[in-house]
Amino acid sequence: MMANSGTLALTAWLLPAFSFLVLAIVFPLRRLGRPAAWFSVLCAAGAFASAVMAWRIQSVAAHPVHLVWPWLPSGGKTIADVGVLVDAQSTIMLCLVSLVALLVQFYSLGYLHDEPAPAFGRYYAYQSLFAFSMMGLALAPNLLQLFMCWELVGLCSYLLIGFWYQRPSAARAAVKAFWITKAGDVGMLVGIVMLFRAAGTFDITELHSLAATNALPLAGLSIITFCLYLGAMGKSAQFPFHVWLPDAMEGPTPVSALIHAATMVTAGVYLLVRTDFLFALTPNVLLVVAWIGAFTALLAAVLACVQDDIKRVLAYSTVSQLGYMMTAIGAGVASAGFLHLLTHGLFKALLFLGAGAIIHAVGSNDLPNMGGLARRMPQTATVFIVGTLSLAGIPIFGGYVSKEEILGAVWGAHLTGPFLLLMLVAGLTAFYMFRVVFLAFFGAPAPAAQVTHAHAAHASHAHGVHATTAGTAARVAHTDLHNETVVEGAHVNETPHAHEPPATMLLPLWVLAIGTMAVGVYTTFGGRVLLDPAGAPTAEGAPGWLTPSAVGVAAAGILLAWATYQTRTINPVTLANAFGPIRAAALRKFWIDDVFEGLYGIVLLGFSRIVGWIDRYLVDGVLNVLSDWTVQAGDELRGIQTGKPQDYVYGIGAGVLVLILLMRLVF
Amino acid sequence: MGLQPYLILSAVIFCIGLFGVTTRRNTIGILLGIELMMNAVNINLVAFARYTANAAGMVFTVFTICITVTEAALGLAIVILLFRVRRTVMADHLDLLKG
Repeated sequence: MMANSGTLALTAWLLPAFSFLVLAIVFPLRRLGRPAAWFSVLCAAGAFASAVMAWRIQSVAAHPVHLVWPWLPSGGKTIADVGVLVDAQSTIMLCLVSLVALLVQFYSLGYLHDEPAPAFGRYYAYQSLFAFSMMGLALAPNLLQLFMCWELVGLCSYLLIGFWYQRPSAARAAVKAFWITKAGDVGMLVGIVMLFRAAGTFDITELHSLAATNALPLAGLSIITFCLYLGAMGKSAQFPFHVWLPDAMEGPTPVSALIHAATMVTAGVYLLVRTDFLFALTPNVLLVVAWIGAFTALLAAVLACVQDDIKRVLAYSTVSQLGYMMTAIGAGVASAGFLHLLTHGLFKALLFLGAGAIIHAVGSNDLPNMGGLARRMPQTATVFIVGTLSLAGIPIFGGYVSKEEILGAVWGAHLTGPFLLLMLVAGLTAFYMFRVVFLAFFGAPAPAAQVTHAHAAHASHAHGVHATTAGTAARVAHTDLHNETVVEGAHVNETPHAHEPPATMLLPLWVLAIGTMAVGVYTTFGGRVLLDPAGAPTAEGAPGWLTPSAVGVAAAGILLAWATYQTRTINPVTLANAFGPIRAAALRKFWIDDVFEGLYGIVLLGFSRIVGWIDRYLVDGVLNVLSDWTVQAGDELRGIQTGKPQDYVYGIGAGVLVLILLMRLVF
Repeated sequence: MGLQPYLILSAVIFCIGLFGVTTRRNTIGILLGIELMMNAVNINLVAFARYTANAAGMVFTVFTICITVTEAALGLAIVILLFRVRRTVMADHLDLLKG
């Protein structure tokens, strides 16, 4: 029975790898498109089934299962193994990843049906590779395998953000995401190597027992954990590395749902959850984690309030929720962060897929182009509102308990500052999400003309060109895109009226909505133990006023959004003007992107210029001088060669004389 | 007669040959000079062979004569070819090796 769960987890892990290899090698299948997609979906379904079975076994098992093979042998012993470490945490993560991967792959069948077949097959090859990498990350028995899978998911993220590589903005966003996460990854690699030097092992279980028996040297551990945290910051989009995530929305919406909301970006949180015993030894780093997390949450929530692009609102909300999780870990209660990771994975995937359905129907990402969609797409509206209520933390919805847990943990850790920030964020979250709901689903429908050209506005949006008139935007889009098929939701041109998405897209939405509700109801009525058996109960220390006030703040946010965007009792412009400077700053993304660009321009380009000067004038200069000398010396010496035989005879004679003299004088 | 007259003769012939090699402009003259120098060496060898009663010197003389003949044949052949190509055999005109 015990070995069984290991095998099941291994199956779940290797099925997507099999699918990827088949799609990568058997290129006729990949180029067929739809059959390739179904093959990938089937593998994902198999992976999900095995993951659930593994979890069901492991959630009641007493001991984790190690199923490993030696790797990197060195002098009789292995430095690192490869395989799976199956415990409650990793199997539940496995379930989340495989579930969302399966649903997203299924959803993409409908969402990307206008793609040309080869691109469609390529998309599914990437999706399978991502599922494999992410599961490998979740199951990694040691930090080395974790790091490799970590890099692989980064690669998949790059490939999928740049899926429409014909678009310059998508290509740029992909590179940006890759670079910024890579900056953190360097820190993480340094941390892993330093940890190996300090502890002599990469293995998570061994590290755990070392930490439990106080066998780890505490000196320098802060630097190690901070380096690990750097990697997590890059991946989980913590300030100031959060700038890549909103740009990553250039990818197809299902990709955003899977990678940039539910799974990959939570890898940083997962890493910290996995190594929380190390962080527990370094409280100063934990404090940094908590403050940066809370600050990130607030910053992103403020930014989300001013976005007009529905996907960007969701992206900033993801950053904000990741900040929540990080704060919980910083408060020393990793289990609360992990619980939020799981619920967030469900409802954020739901929100993104719902947003995808809207974009698919309207053909635009921009909220002003939506409105009154609830009547046309009642099912989408229902599931989207379920996701929104979950995100806002309304009781019996998915995110309620996990959010309360986090707030309770932060309060319990006496982190008053982060706690206040998070409370503020709770209100802001409810406000900006319901702003989206009211603007998109209620109110007056957008003018038809705008909707017809709306897809163009979407395409041009990422260039920073906010489409003021549909005509100019359409021109921008058509000059940019050589291929009409790369336009998201291009079929809108044929059917100008928004409508419910096809069943392939609706089904995943309903599954996620029901899952979110189920988790919400289950956790609300005290089923937390089964979801997270490893976690210690934490909310006990939370004061009684916590829940009412948190829900109250959320309700106030909803009310404000309702009054502003639904009944228009408060004029949105007046509200915006009330926060004039903040709003202006938020529209410029608090100049963080500009700071990065400035740093790039001054530091990197400046450094390159210096290096270039050294190369051009110092290195090349020395070589040029040397070669000039050689040429000159040759020029001077060539005069000796007269070409006259007699001169050579004189030369020989002189030589013989010198030799004779030498013989006489020296020897 | 002792060894000395032979050596003097040899030295004189060698110097005449060297003088010819260094002063003649005509390539054939230079070749003749070289022949003279070779023969001076031959005289030297034979003289020493007789003086020390060692036959090895004689044997080497025979070798040298063979080499001299070959050298003369090759040298003249080269000169003829040179003349066909360059229409001259004057050494100071043949300065292709000039740097």
